[in-house]
Amino acid sequence: MARMATTRRVAISTAAAWLFGFLIFFPILWMVLASFKTELEAFAIPPSFLFFHWTTENYATVQERSDYLLHALNSIIIAGGSTVIALLIAIPAAWSMAFSPTKRTKDILLWMLSTKMMPPVGVLVPIYLIYKTFGLLDSRIGLVFILCLGNLPIVIWMLFTYFKEIPRDILEAARMDGATIGRELVYVLTPMAIPGLASTLLLNLILAWNEAFWTLNLSTSNAAPLTTFIASYSSPEGLFWAKLSAASTLAIAPILVLGWFSQKQLVRGLTFGAVK
Amino acid sequence: MPPLDKRRTSFEHTLNAWAYAQKRGLREVTVKKILGAVCGASVLLAVPAMAETTLTIATVNNGDMIRMQGLTGEFTKKNPDITVKWVTLEENVLRQRVTTDIATKGGQFDVLTIGTYEVPIWAKKGWLVPLANLGADYDIADLLPKIRDAVSADGKLYAAPFYGESSMVMYRTDLFEKAGLKMPEKPTWDFVIDAAKKLTDKNGGTYGICLRGKAGWGENMAFLSAMANSYGARWFDEKWEPQFNTPEWKTTLTTYVNLMKEAGPPGASSNGFNENLALFNAGKCAMWIDATVAASFVTNPKDSKVADKVGFALAPNTGLGKNANWLWAWNLAIPAGSKKTEAAEKFIAWATSKDYTKLVASKEGWANVPPGTRTSLYQNEDYLKVAPFAKLTLASIDAADPNKPTVKPVPYVGVQYAAIPEFQGIGTQVGQQFSAALAGSTSVDAALSAAQSSTEREMKRAGYIK
Repeated sequence: MARMATTRRVAISTAAAWLFGFLIFFPILWMVLASFKTELEAFAIPPSFLFFHWTTENYATVQERSDYLLHALNSIIIAGGSTVIALLIAIPAAWSMAFSPTKRTKDILLWMLSTKMMPPVGVLVPIYLIYKTFGLLDSRIGLVFILCLGNLPIVIWMLFTYFKEIPRDILEAARMDGATIGRELVYVLTPMAIPGLASTLLLNLILAWNEAFWTLNLSTSNAAPLTTFIASYSSPEGLFWAKLSAASTLAIAPILVLGWFSQKQLVRGLTFGAVK
Repeated sequence: MPPLDKRRTSFEHTLNAWAYAQKRGLREVTVKKILGAVCGASVLLAVPAMAETTLTIATVNNGDMIRMQGLTGEFTKKNPDITVKWVTLEENVLRQRVTTDIATKGGQFDVLTIGTYEVPIWAKKGWLVPLANLGADYDIADLLPKIRDAVSADGKLYAAPFYGESSMVMYRTDLFEKAGLKMPEKPTWDFVIDAAKKLTDKNGGTYGICLRGKAGWGENMAFLSAMANSYGARWFDEKWEPQFNTPEWKTTLTTYVNLMKEAGPPGASSNGFNENLALFNAGKCAMWIDATVAASFVTNPKDSKVADKVGFALAPNTGLGKNANWLWAWNLAIPAGSKKTEAAEKFIAWATSKDYTKLVASKEGWANVPPGTRTSLYQNEDYLKVAPFAKLTLASIDAADPNKPTVKPVPYVGVQYAAIPEFQGIGTQVGQQFSAALAGSTSVDAALSAAQSSTEREMKRAGYIK
């Protein structure tokens, strides 16, 4: 009897988990489906789920109208570059705060986070003027720089919490065995920090990939990443859903693939330290 | 800039250094050679490929603009020294992007696509370059007078209209016939309301009328301001006092809310142009009052289920002398920060010329030419043959006067908006109130008084009233 109840409970919770997962995933699925419809079908009421005339016409139109590869390359450079630079700055910063905190460490951390509390549009005009003066408008380096700065607080906070989870005793044990700082870093700390580093890297990459405010406002054509590519397919006057869906599918495809292959690291990193 | 051969020399030098390194192993390459290679590479990076003008054009994702984008090759063929780069963005994103750039004199764009709302405001601020050299064969006199007025300030043309639109009634001829109704060419609101109620069959999923309800100065307020004009209401009196406490506005909003409750589709408070277009094309609306540009969508069998059953009429009136239609045009203008004014003006002259219309007609047919800017288009037999809505579009544009938009006098320019910088914010706030009234979460009276007080506050803050 008890076993049956358990089995039933497991079945119900499994079904609930799948249903929940499906609900979360549904908008993306719908977008992919819409990208294969004609504009009329994408608008149709009631909407058709799977039984419609499948077409790749939208992808052809999108390819013809805009330079997907240039936008994708820009996205890779901007997201990748800003993530690497942010990690290079954040690792030593989080490191020192986690392992040799001072009286002010907490205040510094809070101050860093406070920079994320202001809406970005509040500093749009000053940043725009600075960028104009230094000739950084519509340049990849300018976007790398602003996205790196924007994500730094989050990266430092994440790394800080991961590093803090690493028991100091292990470090002390290594020292007792005569490890130098360099060896301690490479052989003891790095292996333990890798899940944290990996998930920070991935999360930051996704954040930078999807960032739409600065990338839209500071780029025009040369440095325009995939966010601009998507924005060019939306319109208040006209039929555009299918084409927009095709553009969006193309835009999220690379990051979706990356996320798929690294989901183990991502989940491990995000739950890292949750179970003691 | 070094002459071409010199550049080639440095490039060759780079290649030689690289080949040398490959052949002999990096160790044998002297420091001097590496330095030479680096210098050569940096010279190559710094020098643009050709001494030509690159125009960056910002535009919106509307069919006519996309067509223009596709035809750019024809322009660059004639002007080999000019290359064109397009930045296409959604209307509101574009507005924000372009405003930031123009206000900071960022100089990122050489040609802008802007609406009739922006032209007078930006011209006054000195943000736009007046268009004085459009060429001898441009024929400014051929531009529709109302549209030309809308893009001029102090007698100077500050933008060239690319396509113009008004609003009108689109209706289902089959449903009207079945119900024994006949749409007059100039319907009154009484007729429209009565017909909408008769044609509503909620069980069958057909609604008498579809109107905009989504909040926004360019969404529901475009329609409601135009409707209010026909009921004798106005946004501001001569002293810039907001007028939402007047009986005219009360009649307008009450009529609108009641009509939509009785004869409108469910969830109308989140419907904009696209949502209504989808409903109408699916055969759910007996009438739809919206932009004239919709006519080409609803009559296109590829997009519409009711393509051969659509009739057109002027926007309704109440006999006070104003119809409930608006006036809008998308225009090309040159921002004051651009350093390529001459090339930009050449492009604008090309894209808004009569020859461009002919070019589109030859490539994509007369039905696809940008409408609503030139008188000559409406005298063209080929166009009139394929565009059954042409006559009504022209009549609608002629019926709207941005300089005298209302029954009573007003201090502002603009039919469905007041061309002051504050209007975007105010219009959207009021739009949210009216959308809430339509959704039923607030009453008509409460919405009007909230609209009145928020508009008063903004106008005081901006210094129009004390």
